[in-house]
Amino acid sequence: MATIWVFVQEEAGDPTTIGLELLAAGRRLGEVTALYLGAGSESAFATLGEHGAGSVLHLDAGNRLPSGPVAAALAERISAGAPDLIIFGQAYTDRDVAGRLAARLGVGVLSNAIAVRLANGAVETDHEILGGAQVATATMGQGPFIVLIRPKSYPAEAVGGTAPSVEKLDLPQVGRSEATVIESHVEEREGPQLGEAAVVVSGGRGLGSPEAYELVEKLGKKLGAATGATRAIVDAGWVPYAKQVGQTGKTVKPDVYIACGISGAMQHLVGMKDAKTIIAINKDPDAPIFSIADLGVVGDVHKVLPKLIEALESR
Amino acid sequence: MKVVVCVKQIPDPATPYRLETGTNWLLRPDDQVLDDTDRYGVEMGLQLAQASEGTLTLVSMGPAGNGQGIRQALAMGADQAILIEDDSLRGSDALATAQVLAAAIKREGFDLVIAGNESTDGYSGVLPQMLSELLDVPALTYATKVEAGDGKVKIHRQTAAGYDVVEASLPAVVAVTAGVVEPRYPTFKGIMEAKKKTVEILSVSDLGVERGPGQTVASITDAPERSGGRKIEDDGESHLAIVALLEQRKVI
Repeated sequence: MATIWVFVQEEAGDPTTIGLELLAAGRRLGEVTALYLGAGSESAFATLGEHGAGSVLHLDAGNRLPSGPVAAALAERISAGAPDLIIFGQAYTDRDVAGRLAARLGVGVLSNAIAVRLANGAVETDHEILGGAQVATATMGQGPFIVLIRPKSYPAEAVGGTAPSVEKLDLPQVGRSEATVIESHVEEREGPQLGEAAVVVSGGRGLGSPEAYELVEKLGKKLGAATGATRAIVDAGWVPYAKQVGQTGKTVKPDVYIACGISGAMQHLVGMKDAKTIIAINKDPDAPIFSIADLGVVGDVHKVLPKLIEALESR
Repeated sequence: MKVVVCVKQIPDPATPYRLETGTNWLLRPDDQVLDDTDRYGVEMGLQLAQASEGTLTLVSMGPAGNGQGIRQALAMGADQAILIEDDSLRGSDALATAQVLAAAIKREGFDLVIAGNESTDGYSGVLPQMLSELLDVPALTYATKVEAGDGKVKIHRQTAAGYDVVEASLPAVVAVTAGVVEPRYPTFKGIMEAKKKTVEILSVSDLGVERGPGQTVASITDAPERSGGRKIEDDGESHLAIVALLEQRKVI
């Protein structure tokens, strides 16, 4: 049976959702050891077990920036016995650890995967390219295979596993690769969160000005929706990065996605094309967003949105 | 402070990308542009180099083409550029790229290496981290704010919950988020000066790097197509169609 390592990070005392999704991916392929980064607790380890981890390697970096020390510890462990596959998420710290570990081991990574398979000792991954219009299947020559999987590619699922065995792994000093986390800031979260909301309303360049994003917020509030944005208006500084939907932002799969003034650049489509229902409002009748929208309104967001908001208010 | 900024020339994202038959590698036309993400790295590098009366060197790997993308970064104010161009590097994955860039950066020497978090065309999203491991320095990633001086660098590192303040001693690698600073537009003077700046072209043998086995794109298939539905012209009443659909989907 293949041995699979799955990287899971802790957030606010629990394993992250993406970490649990990765366990679901790993469980299908072999025997899973969770690489758990965080303070750790009985309940956190139990959750890992319920999601299919048979054992846990516990990594606690404290206030050290984890990437350097964790990569060093894992590489050392691998020299004593390598797994067939190491799964990370396409997420901040995952990318840091995966990149450093791969370079240390001298192996490549397959990143942005939406599916991973093992067959005859080789790895195979699927990747969406050209905004999801096509799927590329990639392979890699030399293990241990390191794969980074996009959020929401596998549904997290408790399968009722028992409490895993836990081993704490020492994190070595890494000399001039050390860095220290001096402070952590948690930003206030208001309303439904992008990753989880049933309805998402997003705005793009077609809004014309940062002030017009207020229309997106008003509509979002009316519908109890989370609000999102394209990379273009995030880069322009209209809204914070946390709202970015797309290849380099968040992946969302809501029941309804309302795209306001969004043309549908590939970078954006990758992050939202799997919404159950897509509604798009855009001035340009040839905008690519219309090719995937269930309802496309060719019109000016500044005219359509106020009327839509008013109609919802009068209900 | 000696600042090195990694930049990449990419096919204009506004044009459709094409893949080479057989290898499935991205075809790179002669005419490429500076990856928009890199403008933020160059601007950050310029600010830090200028504040410390240091220098800024660009390092890039890939086919030179007409070099327009590199000139764009030089026109912003970078002092010089090193470009590694070699036929044997075609189809390089992130690790091969990091190995080549690390060799060029070591040869040049550095206090601070700046890169974007990910490129727009390849977006593997692990290059700065690989680079840091090969250079044995910390990787301060997803930076939304950067301060450097007195042998130290401090950043705001974007997290899922907010941000962390992270500090390390120099030398270091910093990967910046778009929006970390407002990139300047090249001035006419900058564009003229860029034409005279040195662009050193190196090959793999100049750096003594060997390519390991990378990844292979085995096949490309069409994704199950999601077809568009109804498209209507706004006649002043189109919002009613949206309301009706929202009702049907039980959102309201």
